Amino acid sequence: MSIQRKAVALVSGGLDSMLAVRVIQEQGIHVEGINFFTGFCVEGHTHAIRKKDRDKPKRNNALWAAEQLGIKLHIVDIIEEYKAVVINPKHGYGANLNPCLDCKVFMVRKAREWMEAHGFDFIITGEVVGQRPMSQRKDTMPVVQIESGVDDRLLRPLSARNLPETLPEREGWVEREKLHDFSGRSRKPQLALAKSFGFQDWATPAGGCCFLTDAHYSSRLADLWQSRGSRDYEMDDIMLLKVGRHIRPAKHFKLILAREEGEGKFLQGYRRQYPTLKVTSHGGPFALIDGEISEEELREAAAIVARYSQGKSADEVTLEFADTDGQARDLHVKPMSPEEMPTEWIL
Amino acid sequence: MPVIRVQDRVAEMQAGDELEAVCSDPGVLNDIPAWCRINGHEVIATRSDDDLYYVRLRVGDN
Repeated sequence: MSIQRKAVALVSGGLDSMLAVRVIQEQGIHVEGINFFTGFCVEGHTHAIRKKDRDKPKRNNALWAAEQLGIKLHIVDIIEEYKAVVINPKHGYGANLNPCLDCKVFMVRKAREWMEAHGFDFIITGEVVGQRPMSQRKDTMPVVQIESGVDDRLLRPLSARNLPETLPEREGWVEREKLHDFSGRSRKPQLALAKSFGFQDWATPAGGCCFLTDAHYSSRLADLWQSRGSRDYEMDDIMLLKVGRHIRPAKHFKLILAREEGEGKFLQGYRRQYPTLKVTSHGGPFALIDGEISEEELREAAAIVARYSQGKSADEVTLEFADTDGQARDLHVKPMSPEEMPTEWIL
Repeated sequence: MPVIRVQDRVAEMQAGDELEAVCSDPGVLNDIPAWCRINGHEVIATRSDDDLYYVRLRVGDN
């Protein structure tokens, strides 16, 4: 009796990982998905916050993809371990603070550990040779196999015929002829394959699925590291960098201003961790103060927040300042004018 | 991420046990039921008030 071979698939929720799973399923392999939560995922977070997006259907694309494919999905929180990847990547960063090659090595290593712990036979990914500038190049894809320790138990079904034969192929668990030879950045082969499988919907995250590839986010993270003199971070830091308007008037403090109601509600959840400012005399933002500031700097901060209120042209705006114990007092300030606020303060 | 916390908690529970997740993230009303369907658990009820979202589930046999 033949053994049921089992593969664990890295499932991001994007089209390529869906296609990779289906290609292998069609060869009679039992597939389960694994998805890693780094904290930097674009998935759903900002949609869940902003009021204008509240009524948009929200879905976790990895979960949705797994359901479409009929596979189990194991979601693994790797936030803590992932810090080492972000802070000091062996292979460096891409165009922003994206450590894509180290990230792929790390995730495949974690998948290997899961594979070994659960008695699975090999790992699959939706990678395509030449599709991504760091981790999906012909010269870097072998690096992933070697440094993750997975060696030839890593199969890339969409690109396998452009790559050396893997163990699953040699052992006859899968037929190489039924795998694909996609390469390059064109999406046409994937779209054609999706059509052949009857896929009608998939995630298309504009700009990618990771905030670290985003220039704006990366510059805020770099600013955070520089202001602290350290590259460490906590989960709250990652989340707050995704939200609101960040303004740094001085190295030792910055303001995080809500841009709309949903962000305001989200930031209010941090009022026991940060002092806050809230415009009360006019419509205006709720803001967190990140850093220790003097009374004079507090008035400057209040003037900045007032500048973003409906009282920005008024002679005076009233704000409520509250400390982390909830002790509150009013401040009356003249809103800062655009000319007084250097553009380099805005992160 | 709420669905991860549910996943990890359910891993410690027995078939037939019930769990209620209380979350501030409205995405859980989609995510946790999807996770349940994939992994063979049953959503008993969902509800929400102004700021919180509740999903009650029963652990399946898987």
